[in-house]
Amino acid sequence: MKQSKGTIVGINGNMISVAFEGNIIQNEVGYAISGEDRLKSEVIKIQGNIAYMQVFEITKGLKVGDEVEFTGEMLSVQLGPGILGMVYDGLQNPLNELAKMHGFFLKRGVILDALDFEKEWEFTPTAKTGDTVTGGSVLGHVKEGIFEHKIFVPFDIRGNYSLKSIVKKDKYKVVETLATIENEKGIKHDLMMYFEWPVKIPITNYRDKLVPREPLTTQTRIIDTFFPVAKGGTYCIPGPFGAGKTVLQQVTSRFAEADIVIIAACGERAGEVVETLREFPEITDPRTGKPLMERTIIICNTSSMPVAAREASVYTAATLGEYYRQMGLNVLLLADSTSRWAQAMRELSGRLEEIPGEEAFPAYLGSRIAQFYERAGLVELNDGSRGSLTIGGTVSPAGGNFEEPVTQSTLKVVGAFHGLSRDRSNARRYPAIHPLESWSKYKSFIPQNMIDEARKILFKGNEVHQMMLVVGEEGTSVEDYIIYLKSEFLDNVYLQQNSFDAVDGATSPERQNLVFQKVLNVLKEEFKLKEKDEARSFFNKLRQLFIDWNYFDMKDDKFNEQEALINQLIEEYSGDAKGL
Amino acid sequence: MQKVYNKILSVTGNVITVKAADVAYEELAEITTFRGKSLAQVIKLENDIVSLQVFAGSQGISTNDEVRFLGNPMRVTFSDNMLGRIFNGSGIPRDKGPALTENMIEIAGPSVNPAKRIIPKNMIRTNIPMIDVFNSLVVSQKLPIFSVSGEPYNELLARIALQAEVDMIVLGGIGLKYDQYMYFKNTLEEGGALSRSVFFVHTASDPIVEGLMVPDLCLAVAEKFALKGKNVLVLLTDMTNFADALKEIAITMEQVPSNRGYPGDLYSQLAARYEKAVDFEGAGSVTVLAVTTMPGDDVTHPVPDNTGYITEGQFYLRNGRIEPFGSLSRLKQQVNDKTREDHRAIMDGLIQLYAQYIETEEKRAMGFRMSDWDGKLLKYGNLFESNMMDLSVNIALEDALDRGWKILAECFTPEETRMKTDLINKFWPKEAA
Repeated sequence: MKQSKGTIVGINGNMISVAFEGNIIQNEVGYAISGEDRLKSEVIKIQGNIAYMQVFEITKGLKVGDEVEFTGEMLSVQLGPGILGMVYDGLQNPLNELAKMHGFFLKRGVILDALDFEKEWEFTPTAKTGDTVTGGSVLGHVKEGIFEHKIFVPFDIRGNYSLKSIVKKDKYKVVETLATIENEKGIKHDLMMYFEWPVKIPITNYRDKLVPREPLTTQTRIIDTFFPVAKGGTYCIPGPFGAGKTVLQQVTSRFAEADIVIIAACGERAGEVVETLREFPEITDPRTGKPLMERTIIICNTSSMPVAAREASVYTAATLGEYYRQMGLNVLLLADSTSRWAQAMRELSGRLEEIPGEEAFPAYLGSRIAQFYERAGLVELNDGSRGSLTIGGTVSPAGGNFEEPVTQSTLKVVGAFHGLSRDRSNARRYPAIHPLESWSKYKSFIPQNMIDEARKILFKGNEVHQMMLVVGEEGTSVEDYIIYLKSEFLDNVYLQQNSFDAVDGATSPERQNLVFQKVLNVLKEEFKLKEKDEARSFFNKLRQLFIDWNYFDMKDDKFNEQEALINQLIEEYSGDAKGL
Repeated sequence: MQKVYNKILSVTGNVITVKAADVAYEELAEITTFRGKSLAQVIKLENDIVSLQVFAGSQGISTNDEVRFLGNPMRVTFSDNMLGRIFNGSGIPRDKGPALTENMIEIAGPSVNPAKRIIPKNMIRTNIPMIDVFNSLVVSQKLPIFSVSGEPYNELLARIALQAEVDMIVLGGIGLKYDQYMYFKNTLEEGGALSRSVFFVHTASDPIVEGLMVPDLCLAVAEKFALKGKNVLVLLTDMTNFADALKEIAITMEQVPSNRGYPGDLYSQLAARYEKAVDFEGAGSVTVLAVTTMPGDDVTHPVPDNTGYITEGQFYLRNGRIEPFGSLSRLKQQVNDKTREDHRAIMDGLIQLYAQYIETEEKRAMGFRMSDWDGKLLKYGNLFESNMMDLSVNIALEDALDRGWKILAECFTPEETRMKTDLINKFWPKEAA
């Protein structure tokens, strides 16, 4: 493609307007040349011969009249082996490599390849010469960590091609030609281990998109039991600052039973990413025995990094997620926080002088959010296997008020809502997911009728509690008071969880089934309790036993001993219904 | 190659436009009016029309005043000679010392590569128990002090400046009242800390645009000193004024406001400053403590709200005391296990009892009958407030922990405190037991 050129005619913050000659495409990448710096930019609006471009760097020092070189390509990422374990910025620049070259600071205008072009990978071909292939067909695979990384025919190859040649099993670099394909018209392509894909276009080389059904275990009890997430589903976590959004995301990134976790730190504190960056290589993934980092990709565009790259970062993350999903893997994408991404859109929309919607967010906010979450999904791939991309996004509503455009637009499109509450976090009830207001459209591994029973106690307990605030403890009947104690008991021993504890922090489905059954028995039991003091002290005792139980490893003898103690106490107080 | 222009096309608020060529974005210009010279910064370029924000304000600007482009963005001098000096929001000395022009550095430089950051691990002692014991300040932390106007937040900052274990202090005043500026100057001078301080002071009477530069000036200088191995504490007061200055310019430039008139990029603007807090591996560090006044004591106001999402916790200053409940240092867990073995236990134990005291105090106010236990809590609450929370308390961390045990022993039996037995055996005051 012939590459166009242009000159800058206006600069306003991170947006430049460029007079261009020739043809350009929407979302095409160009470079604004400022002295020795080449500043990566993206076309976001075209009007006559003026292109409006967002610059992914600080625009300080740019001048009217400076040249812009267009590339003819849309904003893209490199897809190939070597992405796992990497730390990228929002445009897929490898941050560790940047640090090696330029030290403490992110130097302007430096762009590196996302993949290591020197590293050699052992390629095993599975396709044969003469095979008919198309975009998304598998040529072979390499071993990336514990995964079989499939090497595809680039997804944008359309129509049928014939495989003319393919290399034999050996070690190759990602830039070496592995295969050649040709179609009926005689158009030839040389294929390598990697190719590029535009981030804003979803990858759709699959047979069918299915309805997500199977739960994705996060090992957080309140989520898995009450507000589950499905493989290929979507969920959001809105909450005010300090309510524990980021901790919850970190815990999920550690314990979730996904093959690959992509963390998109989008416009949040750098310090929070650092913990993940420094700790993940040290932590062993209990399922694989390998460092957690080997199944993790971090996209890190923190709050002080350029805003336009923040806008791109969630798309970069989604594209990498879709790529690994194409290999039949279950990928979990955690975006923290989608509000910062929405704000990046707002800044840009303001500079484009678009007519603003609510709170100055652009009118297309809702559709952009919907498009992003729609990239999640459970798909049946062309070879019949299944892969999924699950997306969980945090939302940081201004003032903690959920009645704002980003939260509301998100709630419309997600399958589960984990609303964090300031009251619960102030009371140190973590995770601070509100048990009465949150919801999920997905099915848990625990039967729905059991969950409904437990939820009923929570609602009733809350009613009693509200009443008690008015009439005091004296004015409450013993029966009501026991319901209140039961709801508190459920909250204390099951909904709350100590995410910093090695055992309590991660509860397996097997254990959740066991403990939830026991908790439910307590909730349903009619105890022989005549007075409030007696009831309170009984539930205090029971709570203490349960909390201690939560901290014992299931394989530990103490786990069973503790269970026996609990059974003993429950039996001691059970009513006639059960009989002694 | 300096370019001079003599025709000002428009004056709106503190923004002027001129027709000029070959001007760079964010370049500085000097405007000469009958009131004297002022700096101005390019904030928008559209063909040959250049918009500039004038630091001294637009009052008295004539359409034929001279605008001279300087060919460089905003810079500030950097050298050891800066120590003990006081500058204004344009980086010009406001004390009577000589102008410093050597070794000019650019302000608002690139951000630190997240991959080069390290997990914070060193505590900064301030000798204020409500900070040291309950919400420890950590090297490279960014913390705002949320407070309403009229609270002694500047007194608190000055005390921290005097007592904090750091190599040097950079103080940035934005919209600072003149007497508060003198207070800082005199307090640090008397305390002998002025010689290790650099001030960038924009007072309430100075043109509002000049205040916009103060955080960047402070942080650029602090960053350079940190790279030379110094542990720098940056104090900013008051960031709400900074946000208001941003708002003023944004409205002048006809930007669509997002929330209560503030521009949509308020979060990014604040984050760009706060995220300068850093611990350079193998060199020094920048720690940022900033006052954010909350209009109407409303934490959901856009400035404190956005700040809270950016910073690593917050101190609430209310009724002259650092509130133990809303205040939070997100980084304290990184350091308070390395101080003394009873630190965390005292921190949690005292606060839990204080929370119970608050409940009892409410019950008492409503006229409920007080039990023995309530009486103990009331005694405890009063002692805790006067001997711990009061801002005049000025003792080292270890003394504060000892004092915590002493207060407990005066009010309770060891079992009532729910402290771990081994800690009680070691730390419970002997004469009281």
